[in-house]
Amino acid sequence: MKKKYFLNANILDPYNSIEEIGGLIIDEEGKIEAIGKKVNKNNIPSREKFIDLKEKYIFPGLVDMRVFVGEPGYEYKENFRTLSNAALAGGVTSVVTMPNTSPVVDNVSIVDFIKRRGRDKSKINIYPTASLTKNLEGTNMTEFGLLQKKGIVGFTDGTQTIQNTRLMSRIMRSAYDLNSLVMQHAEDYELAKNGMVNDGIIATQLGLHGIPDLAEKIIIERDLSLLEDFNCRYHISQISSSKSVDTIERKKDIVNFTTGVSINNLSLNENDVGDFRTFLKLSPPLRTEEDRISLIKAINKDLIDVIVSDHKPEDEESKRLTFSQAAAGASGIETLLPLALELFHNDSIKLFKLIKLLTSNPAKILKINKGNLSVGNDADLCIVDIYKPWIVKKEKIVSKSKNTSIDDKKLQGQVLSTFVKGEELFKI
Amino acid sequence: MATSFKKAVKISQKNLLGIQDLSISDINVILDDAKQFISLNKSKNKKLDILRGKTQINLFFEPSTRTQSSFELAGKRLGADVMSMNIVNSAIKKGETLIDTAMTLNAMHPDIIVIRHQDSGACNLLSQKVNCAVINAGDGRREHPTQALLDALTIIDRKKKIQGLKIAICGDILHSRVARSNIYLLNMLGAELNIVAPSNLMPKDIDKLGVNKFSDMKKGLKDCDIVMMLRLQNERMTSSFLSSNREYYEYYGLTPDKLSYAKDDALIMHPGPMNRGIEIDTKLADDINKSVIKEQVELGVAVRMACLKIFCE
Repeated sequence: MKKKYFLNANILDPYNSIEEIGGLIIDEEGKIEAIGKKVNKNNIPSREKFIDLKEKYIFPGLVDMRVFVGEPGYEYKENFRTLSNAALAGGVTSVVTMPNTSPVVDNVSIVDFIKRRGRDKSKINIYPTASLTKNLEGTNMTEFGLLQKKGIVGFTDGTQTIQNTRLMSRIMRSAYDLNSLVMQHAEDYELAKNGMVNDGIIATQLGLHGIPDLAEKIIIERDLSLLEDFNCRYHISQISSSKSVDTIERKKDIVNFTTGVSINNLSLNENDVGDFRTFLKLSPPLRTEEDRISLIKAINKDLIDVIVSDHKPEDEESKRLTFSQAAAGASGIETLLPLALELFHNDSIKLFKLIKLLTSNPAKILKINKGNLSVGNDADLCIVDIYKPWIVKKEKIVSKSKNTSIDDKKLQGQVLSTFVKGEELFKI
Repeated sequence: MATSFKKAVKISQKNLLGIQDLSISDINVILDDAKQFISLNKSKNKKLDILRGKTQINLFFEPSTRTQSSFELAGKRLGADVMSMNIVNSAIKKGETLIDTAMTLNAMHPDIIVIRHQDSGACNLLSQKVNCAVINAGDGRREHPTQALLDALTIIDRKKKIQGLKIAICGDILHSRVARSNIYLLNMLGAELNIVAPSNLMPKDIDKLGVNKFSDMKKGLKDCDIVMMLRLQNERMTSSFLSSNREYYEYYGLTPDKLSYAKDDALIMHPGPMNRGIEIDTKLADDINKSVIKEQVELGVAVRMACLKIFCE
């Protein structure tokens, strides 16, 4: 591989607290050789060609902690190849895949399969999770220790929640013994039963069953109370409401845990469901504008650690149904960064913080050496024009499934190219 | 018939999916048009040819007696060719999706489709996929616009107005599309609305629709001109909402005692079918001086004739 030289870029690397105009050199091995303002035209060999990135940004490749891939079982929705192409188009170089496949990722041999497929078909880094319980049934624990040895980074039932309190306490104890990361999708099944949208005026008007914000809060309260006694690495996959923010704020000084939020809940609200738009049937549901604002405030108060795409590809047939029959979820990995940049452009969140929640923070929770531009590390990065305007078009979505939640939305900021291990794998 | 029937005035909507989409003038157009059919329906020769050559398809995914027969009669009296799909024997049972059913029917060039479906928003989805007009005959818990229109027509027929009346809607509001459509419509026409229900059957944030909420029925009925009772929809209740029908009747069933809090000339309405002895005392339901339940059914045909006529054009 030839050495690559980038100059005059706005470099942003929250892990190393770098926020400056400078250059970046990728060596022959695809590692970062040098970075920062000291890298300029004067100290690179004059015969070498360099790329001038004036007014462009270099970010570490994004780490997306919540991604659904269709392999195995739902290849028609998304496979590793299409997922990695979609991710690269969005500047994402590392993804954490959910275990909600068919069969479920709940045993060592499936992990071998996924690792192999990920290695052969995907151009990005795949970090698979396994389920907390066998076949996602919420009754028997999986083999955390053995699965971890095979390369599982964390445990979650993905779209499912552990309802049984005793089982949850046992999961936490095992996770403590084995230093495993537990990730919970917080939703009380009984309170959320048949629910499709936020329980409020929109649910009442549309005549749809609501999911109360209490359904989320109760599981978070329960888990954080358990955590006081059974301390393990615990992560709330996504929160959606101001009630949950309040709970987290109260517990932050008492126990250690981390929290994620979906870009959908940060950018949209329940009104966007409009006239039964099934692409906006999400879990957790879009809530009120007050809830959305409380989530942004929570990020600015460091109460939320990670922003995820919650990328859930669904084929046309799963969405061309009545709202109650349609599958939940939206395809969003390639619009994660541009949509997040909207929060920078409208002065909601500082750029440095946004990138931190998309790169170094998730890497830290997962204990992986990604999401940074440290010298000697793989050059996983993206080059972004954060001001470039464009319009999301369903038919231009790279992912195999086109169920974007933001069709026709005007955005500002686009990924120009994405590098993994020093190789340019995406270019606009 | 010697009577000359008015030509329908243009209406703002292509479909009748819900009262929410209509303007006050749309509503008045429909109600005015319906009035002329009331006497026709009482006469000996009920047949007109306004919709001759038009095809009406009734697509009922949920069981229905009065609404389906009402729409069928309405279409036939206007001279349309009416086909009621039998869902039990149809391809839907073989797993066909609503959109595919819609496209199949659309290929047969109907002029109007009347749909009832258990899912809220099903009629909206259907209307996006067919060229003809769609009339919602009830979707999930969202809307049942023709029921609200016939209720309004009944009230106007008896009270001569709606503006300024105090109307109580009582019972299972949570599962009721009739309640929602009536709230939008009666609000628009200037009534004051009291919504009476046990908290477990009260939809979230319903007061944001501009109504008063009551869980005490006597307070809710105070000085009302109209008491509209709703059916307890036990078939839609997935878990425990109420302790028992007996207790429900005690606190939320319409009895002479509770009715005495309303105005002396208050009228009782019910969209049917009734659970006698659960939400309404059986004698009150049949009291011809107070109950207008039969009139509602009668005027239902007139309202549906008006809707078919207006939306077919």
